[in-house]
Amino acid sequence: MDVMPKWADVVLIPLISILLAAFLSALVILAIGENPWEALKLMVDGALGSTYGWGYTLYYATNFIFTGLAVAIAFHARLFNIGGEGQAVLGGLGVALACLYIPWPHWSLALIGATVMAALFGAAWAAIPAFLQAKRGSHIVITTIMFNFIAAALLNYLLIGALKAPGMEPATPRFPEATHLPSFQDMFNFGETTFFRGAPANITFFVALAACVALWALIWRTRLGYEIRSFGHSESAAKYAGISPTKIIMVAMLISGALAGMMAINNVQGEAERLVLNAVEGAGFIGIAVALMGRSHPFGVLLAALLFGFLYQGGAELALWTSIPRELIIVIQALVILFTGALDNMVRMPLERLFLAMRRA
Amino acid sequence: MDFATLLQMLDATLRLATPLLLACLAGLFSERAGIFDIGLEGKMLAAAFLSAAIAAVSGSVWLGLLAGIGASMILSAVHGLASITFRGNQLISGVAINFLAAGLTVVIAQSWFRQGGRTPQLAGDARFNPIELPFADDLQDVPFIGPIYYELISGHTILVYVALLMVPLTWWVLYRTRFGLRLRAVGENPAAVDTAGVSVIWLRFAAVGICGILCGLAGAYLATALQASFVKDMSAGRGFIALAALIFAKWRPWYALYACLLFGFLQAMSLRADVIEGVLGFQVNGQLLDVLPYILTVVILAGFVGKAIPPRAGGEPYVKER
Repeated sequence: MDVMPKWADVVLIPLISILLAAFLSALVILAIGENPWEALKLMVDGALGSTYGWGYTLYYATNFIFTGLAVAIAFHARLFNIGGEGQAVLGGLGVALACLYIPWPHWSLALIGATVMAALFGAAWAAIPAFLQAKRGSHIVITTIMFNFIAAALLNYLLIGALKAPGMEPATPRFPEATHLPSFQDMFNFGETTFFRGAPANITFFVALAACVALWALIWRTRLGYEIRSFGHSESAAKYAGISPTKIIMVAMLISGALAGMMAINNVQGEAERLVLNAVEGAGFIGIAVALMGRSHPFGVLLAALLFGFLYQGGAELALWTSIPRELIIVIQALVILFTGALDNMVRMPLERLFLAMRRA
Repeated sequence: MDFATLLQMLDATLRLATPLLLACLAGLFSERAGIFDIGLEGKMLAAAFLSAAIAAVSGSVWLGLLAGIGASMILSAVHGLASITFRGNQLISGVAINFLAAGLTVVIAQSWFRQGGRTPQLAGDARFNPIELPFADDLQDVPFIGPIYYELISGHTILVYVALLMVPLTWWVLYRTRFGLRLRAVGENPAAVDTAGVSVIWLRFAAVGICGILCGLAGAYLATALQASFVKDMSAGRGFIALAALIFAKWRPWYALYACLLFGFLQAMSLRADVIEGVLGFQVNGQLLDVLPYILTVVILAGFVGKAIPPRAGGEPYVKER
C-alpha cells in the first residue's frame, strides 16, 4: 500500500529533513553569537561564487560521490557498510603502491592502473567483514568499525616505516611526474582566461560521474542488480528464488569496498600526489549521510554529494572569515544523518497522514 | 621487570580500564534490552565536555559530573526517540549521535572558552582527586601486600571504585531482580514481554536511560579524573573499544570486567614501550598494541574462539501486532 505518491517519498521527505537539519544548524550558529543568514551568504559566496570555489566544491563532491555510492550499493543489499573510511585508506595505499613502483609512461595509463589498484585494495578490505557476515553471521557493522581502526593503524605503521619518505613527515615520497592527473585548471585553460585556478578538482570528477552511471545500470539493468535488490527487500524470498545469500553479501560488499577505495584516486593521486596520514578526512563517514539523503539512488547520491561538497567548502570559508569552527559541518552532517536516517519516520508519519486525509477529501 | 614496575603497570591498567568498563556496562544494559548502541563514543564525549566545562565554571566537580550525566542522557533520549518511538535504524542513530557529539563539543567549547576547542585546566575541587584508603600509609611497609594495597588498590579517584562496584551491581540487577529478568527478556523476545502485560517501550527507555547515566560517568571520568580538561576528540575511540569489550564478554557483566581489564592492560602497555622491550627482549609495535582489542574482537566475532551471540531481538524495533 503506497500512501504517498512517489515524488513525495523521493523529493519531499529528504527536502523536509534537510530543512530541519538546516534550521537546527541555524539555531546552533545563533547560539554561538553569529548571524546564520550572513553565514549562509558567506558559504554560498565561498563555495559557488567563483570557479576557484567551485573547484574545491567539486573536489570534495568527488570524494563523497565515491563513498556515497559505496554505502548506497550496500544499502541495496540491506547491509550497512560503515567501513568506507578504512576501505578508502586502503585504496590510498593501493594508489600509492601503483604510482610509486610502476613506471607509468602517461597519466592516462597511470589513472587506469591506480583505479584498479585502489578498487582492489578497497574491495580486499571489505572482503573479510563480508565473508564473516556471510559465513559466520558476525555483524558487519561491528566488523567494519573494527576494520576502520585496523586500517588507520596499518597506514600509520607503513608511513613511519616501509613507505616513509626521507624527512620528518610521516608520508610517502611524491609520486613521479607521469602519474600526475590533469586538474580542472589544466583542462579549462583557454589562453587568456584560466578557470579553476589553484583548485584541486581534477579529472577524477568525470570518473565519479561514470561510476554513478555504471552503478545505476548495475542496480536497475542487470540480473545481478536485481538479485541484490531482491535480497535487500526480503532475504527469505530471495533464498526461495534461488539467490545465494553468500554470493550477494560478498559481491555487494566487494563492489562497495571497491567504490570506497576508488575515492583515493581523487584525494591521493589527484590532489596530494603522495600518501599522507589521515588523507581520507572522514569522507568515508560522510558517504553514509550522502547515501541516506540520496535515497541510495546514484543520481540522488550525486546531488547529495554536491550538497556536501558545498557544505565542506563553505564551512572552510566560514572558519576562515568568522569565529565559527569547521566542526560546524560535522554537526550539520550529524543532523542530516539523524533526520534522513534514524528519524525518517518522524517526518514520514505526519506526511502520510496528510496525504491520506487529502485522498479521502 | 621488577615488582614496582609491575604494580605501576597494573595501576595504570585499572585507571585506563575504568572508562572502558563504565561504557561497556552502559552498552550491556542497552543491548541486553535489544537496543544496539554504537553511540557510546559520542555520549562519552558529550559528557566529558560538559562535565569539564561546568566543573571549570562552577569549581565543583560534582556539579560537573551531574552536567556530564545530563549531556549523555539527552543524547540517550535522542537515541531512544529515534530507535524506540519512531522505530528508526538504531545503528544509523548511533552514528548520528557520534558525529553530533564530535561536532557540537568543539563548536560550543570554542565559542564558550575560546581556547581552540578545549576547556580550562581543572584543579583542586574542580576535579576528582585520588582517595587514600584507610591504613594505606601504615601498611605501606608490610612486605608484598603493603605495596599492592598502597599502589594498586588505594589512591584512585572515587569513579574507579564506583565502576568496579557497578559490576556486581549490574549482575545483581540483571540476574536477581524482576526488572533485570524483564530487561533481558525484552532483548530476546519482546512479544512475550508484551503478552505478559509489561510495557516494552518503557523497559527499553529505562535501559537506554541507564546506558546514558553510565556513559555520563565514563565521560566525566575522562575529563575530570583521568585528565584535567576536555580536549577535542578526547574519547579517542574508547566507546568502540568498550563495544569490542562487550562482544568479547558476550554481553555478560563479570566477563565485561575481565575484557575491559585486558584492553586496559593493552593500553597501559602501549604507553610503556620500554617495559615491554625489557621483558620480551624485542620491540613490540605500539600500533599493534593499540589495535589488538579490535583484532581480538574480530577473531571472537569470527567464531574461531567461542561464539559471540548477541541478544536475539537486538536492533529490531518492536511493532505491536494489531
